[in-house]
Amino acid sequence: MKRKVVLCLAALAVIVGAAALGVTGWMVFQPGPYAFATGKPVPLSAYQGPAPTGVPVELAGADPAMRGAYVAAMADCQACHTAPGGKPFAGGRAFVLPFGTIYTPNLTPDPETGIGNWTDAQFLNAVHRGVAPDGSHYYPAFPYPSYTMLSDEDVLAIKAHLFSLLPVKQANRPNTFGFPYNQRWLMAIWSALFNPDERFRPVPEQSPEWNRGAYLVEAAGHCGECHTPRNLMQALDQRAKFGGATAEGWTAYNISADKVSGIGDWSAEELAAYLSTGHAHGRGVASGPMGEAVELSLSQLTKADIGAIVTYLKSVPAVKGDLPALAGPAPATPQLAGLDNPVGKRIFEGNCASCHAWTGAGAAREEAQLTGVRAVNDPGGANVALMVLHGSGAPTPHRPHMPGFGNAYSNDEIAAVTNYVTARFGARSSTLTAADIAALREAN
Amino acid sequence: MPRDPEVLEPGTLSRRAVLRGGAAVLGGLFIGIELPAGRARADELQAAGAALNAFVHIPVQGRVSLIMPAVEMGQGVYTSQAMCMAEELDVGLDQIEAIHAPADREHYGHPIFYVQATGGSTTTMAWTEPLRKAGATARAMLVAAAAAEWNVPASDLVTTRGVITHPGSGRSLRYGDVTDRAAQMVPPADVPLKSPEQFQLIGTRARRIDTPDKVVGKTVYGIDVRLPGMKFAALTASPVLGGKVSHVDEAPALAMPGVRQVVVLEDIVAVVADNTWIAEQGLRALDITWSPGANATLDQAQLWADTEKASTGPGVTVRKEGDATGKFTAGTPIEATYELPFLAHTSLETQNCTVHVHDGVCEIWVGTQVPGYAQAGAAQVLGLPPEKVTVHNHLIGGGFGGRLEAAPIVTATRIAQKVAGPVKVIWSREQDIRQDMFRPLYHNRLKARVENGRVTAWHHRVTGPSILARWLPPAFKDGIDSDAIDGAAEPPYALGDMLVEYVRHENGVPFSFWRGVGPNSTVFSVESFLDLIAHRTAADPVALRRVLLGKNPRARAVLDAAAAKAGWGTPLAASPFGARRGRGVALMHAFGSLLACVAEVAVTDGGDVRVNRVVVATDVGRVINPDTVVAQVQGGVVFGIATVLHNRITFAGGRVEQTNFNDYRLLRINEMPTIEVELLASTEKSGGIGEPGTVVVQPAVANAVFAATGVQLTRMPLDASLIARSV
Amino acid sequence: MSAISVNGRTYEINAAPDTPLLWVLRDELGLTGTKFGCGVAQCGVCTVHVDGIAVRSCQIPVGTVGQRVITTIEGIGETSAGARIQKAWLDLEVVQCGYCQPGQIMSAAALLTANPDPDDGAIDAAMSGNLCRCGTYVRIRQGIKHAARS
Repeated sequence: MKRKVVLCLAALAVIVGAAALGVTGWMVFQPGPYAFATGKPVPLSAYQGPAPTGVPVELAGADPAMRGAYVAAMADCQACHTAPGGKPFAGGRAFVLPFGTIYTPNLTPDPETGIGNWTDAQFLNAVHRGVAPDGSHYYPAFPYPSYTMLSDEDVLAIKAHLFSLLPVKQANRPNTFGFPYNQRWLMAIWSALFNPDERFRPVPEQSPEWNRGAYLVEAAGHCGECHTPRNLMQALDQRAKFGGATAEGWTAYNISADKVSGIGDWSAEELAAYLSTGHAHGRGVASGPMGEAVELSLSQLTKADIGAIVTYLKSVPAVKGDLPALAGPAPATPQLAGLDNPVGKRIFEGNCASCHAWTGAGAAREEAQLTGVRAVNDPGGANVALMVLHGSGAPTPHRPHMPGFGNAYSNDEIAAVTNYVTARFGARSSTLTAADIAALREAN
Repeated sequence: MPRDPEVLEPGTLSRRAVLRGGAAVLGGLFIGIELPAGRARADELQAAGAALNAFVHIPVQGRVSLIMPAVEMGQGVYTSQAMCMAEELDVGLDQIEAIHAPADREHYGHPIFYVQATGGSTTTMAWTEPLRKAGATARAMLVAAAAAEWNVPASDLVTTRGVITHPGSGRSLRYGDVTDRAAQMVPPADVPLKSPEQFQLIGTRARRIDTPDKVVGKTVYGIDVRLPGMKFAALTASPVLGGKVSHVDEAPALAMPGVRQVVVLEDIVAVVADNTWIAEQGLRALDITWSPGANATLDQAQLWADTEKASTGPGVTVRKEGDATGKFTAGTPIEATYELPFLAHTSLETQNCTVHVHDGVCEIWVGTQVPGYAQAGAAQVLGLPPEKVTVHNHLIGGGFGGRLEAAPIVTATRIAQKVAGPVKVIWSREQDIRQDMFRPLYHNRLKARVENGRVTAWHHRVTGPSILARWLPPAFKDGIDSDAIDGAAEPPYALGDMLVEYVRHENGVPFSFWRGVGPNSTVFSVESFLDLIAHRTAADPVALRRVLLGKNPRARAVLDAAAAKAGWGTPLAASPFGARRGRGVALMHAFGSLLACVAEVAVTDGGDVRVNRVVVATDVGRVINPDTVVAQVQGGVVFGIATVLHNRITFAGGRVEQTNFNDYRLLRINEMPTIEVELLASTEKSGGIGEPGTVVVQPAVANAVFAATGVQLTRMPLDASLIARSV
Repeated sequence: MSAISVNGRTYEINAAPDTPLLWVLRDELGLTGTKFGCGVAQCGVCTVHVDGIAVRSCQIPVGTVGQRVITTIEGIGETSAGARIQKAWLDLEVVQCGYCQPGQIMSAAALLTANPDPDDGAIDAAMSGNLCRCGTYVRIRQGIKHAARS
């Protein structure tokens, strides 16, 4: 009897072990980021088409400084490596992760606190392999599994650009990770599993635009770092590529070809407008991290490069999401039967209706339209709440700007107005509570 | 800041005079009210007709001009000043034209402050009698001129609506017909004034004289000035308080069409352009490097802590009666501290100033509460004698103390000095807040001994900066800022042995007057503390106050009126705005007026507070225009509710954290309580009413929240997280 | 160069198309009754009518106005609702400093045109975007009801 039990337990252990191995293997052995595409990738050196790397053709003759700045913009280093209100590239921006807070380092050429003493080899090693000059490993908050696809020339062009900046003396802040996450050597294992350490491989069967787009999206733009969900081991789940995920509390929406949850029904013109200006008519305004990506990176790219990105994005297969279909316009009458949210209505009529209008069509300018905007039609409500908290866009010349209300309105009020906006203008009401808003404040 | 070179002679202004609103000292202080004929205001008035004195000008044809020594910023004083003059002059309000006084301290210097200023709810206290006297004197001269013309005794003549009639002969003439002759006469001294029974205007609900233009968009505020060839400027100061310009790349702005010039001063960068929008866009396009300076580490927590620490240090004794300290050692006193934050003024008309420097003169178009300081400040910048600087004053789109400083005018003049032609400098809302001179952060430390339901010893220590030491140095005496301790030194209650102290503490943040001034901090603290005492001694807050007001029937009548009207003691109705409900009371005696307030609040589980109802009873002495008194109380209450619920200016890394109305939150019409105001009839001297409503409602709301939640909040504004409850 | 219609008059406009209508009205056309207060549509003092709808003029680029008809405080007295609101404001002495009142009157006139008998909820919905620092809200509410009855 006893022996039978032991046998059963052993068998169970084997099954569980095998299952665990299987799950682990499933997580570890991911398809490549563009394995969906028809064709066989080849090394860059073997590719016959126009170079998918570097600057676009029209800038080929530009001086090295301009080319370096362009490649740095392609890779959007600045957004993460700049603290709010801080000096560009001097680091110090906080990322609140489940394990603690991590601060980006100083990328200016200050020899003491920045990267002024780094060699080319050290810089390449950091960007391609996530290894610091002292041999320690970076956390994958630094997207080196994407940057590993950048060509050596482009990585060094970025370095040249960084070294052209004025040095800023600003010491790096240590992260606040506790055990076991503070064990950086674990990242070596993670890196061995999830960073192929391989440069971009073009697909000859695809068009030159597609290949350029793939390089911009996968290597430089690292779109998947926010828009692709992660598995339990924090690696990108390429099987649900661009299926949507969460970044700094913001929902990075499904940007696969799914017609409802994704961008399947966006026209190429809409995508191009959204990426290059942060706004497409009726599609809302890029906000939060996406707003930064537009401002600091995508808006700097040439029309052809934006076109290449659109070509590539359009080729990504649909990942079915669970978001509802977009709702149509709301009535013009303020009081709606069936929408009983007096606090939300009070905030909306005082602070929001002036721009967004009771219909949601936008009172004075099209950027303020709520109707048909994905975030408004997301019953999760996080992005609407974050826009109410932090606003959208900086008050830069000639750009739309919404102020944030987080400093003067309570969590109950922010939750109520978010639920009101999603109910009135979206497909379904969000059901955020004060505690949810408190968590969003923490995450961002 | 720049200041008029002359200051008060010692002894002309006592601390108590300011404290008490100066009512007792008015008689001896009138300067420029001797009304010499021919010493009138501007030359152009002289040329167009006779100026009978500094306040009354009657042309041969046309309307009577009354020159307004106190500026109009919504508080209704153009109407009330006109009523005082018109009452005695015997003209109708529809027959007069209000003229902004020029910068001229000799004629328009404030009878209490001496400098030319409007503020502190003092206009009615200070100007009622001088303006009545001006009207009566002018009337007497006109009547004397008519009597001489007709060769009849002046006492036989009667006047009404600008017409002099001799009933005996049936002859009559208009004031304009004898104005030239009257101007040649020696002004009579001691002209008798009407008795209150003879009043036809004073005390009536007169229509405001400034409203008709305001409802059709015709009123020209400072920001609306337009001059030929005028340019428009936007400006920015360092994000870090007091930071200096280190480097500016002007090219991106200059490349924009319509941008004319970038002006770089030590502490300010301005862009001059063809319109305000282009100027603002040019400013945003600039890449400015600032040198943050010493304030880069200025932090709000530290500011609170520093003031708290200062409050434990040595102070100056303001009032000492008996031995309060000794009494505390004999029993267990009740103690508390109350802290008030920095506040911005946020008038809806942002700071603005139009300046034209040319040919050795400077012209300024602005709405200011201090035309004299404006003139002196600009003159100092330009190295000109003050008389070369002309200040064209305007109606003000909200003052609240924000236009009691010449600093913005000085800044605009520094910019205009570098610009050819007139330039209108407009502060964006963000810059208006960033560059404001804030209501100071105050700390109040209170201690009381209570025996048998009575307070037998009282200690109140006020810690904060001294505005008066800078703004009106003669009023800063013996180390005491009479404004900062107003409301603490002489509360209306009998509180036993008294010790009131003042600790002057300044922290590098610019500060100035703000609607409600010192009593905002002191009355809030006293009234909050009384509710704490009531709570600790299981007394009813109104009953406790009534006991303490035993020797002050005037104050008790006001308190009783408010309590009765509010239904004090009756159950509160359910509210849709929160399950926890409470009623709070407060009483205020300052600015020469007595106000009592009862507020009703509802508090949500999350701690959000809604004020449902506010009842105010007032005894403001003799009333000039009762409708204005009601309006000022209504408005002051709204101002105070936003203050106690939401308003604060905070610093992080030396930067003001608030930017615009999205994070400096004002009350909106859909957040309004009902407001009921009861004016008690009074024949006492007139008090002020611009500020009291703001002062009295804040502790009433805080006390109501205390009643609703059982938690007394001691640092303003109310922090929802401290009164949230889990359900 | 484009043209816009304001208070029944056609004006040639030199400003760039993205210039907010507010600054065209104030700085170019000299119609200074429309005020500046915040620039971010939080205060309402810049309210004008675009085809009869109350809009914050600090937010509307002049280039998007096109053929639509603009009415400002200088012209609203020509409409029935505007005249009644202005009279009510005088009758009830609504105004204090007056700086926000052009915006209040424009919002109130649009409300009264769309809803001849607004209740408190309708007044809240139409007027909450207009701040008044003097705190004249009690009388604004009374004034709208007074105008509705007149």
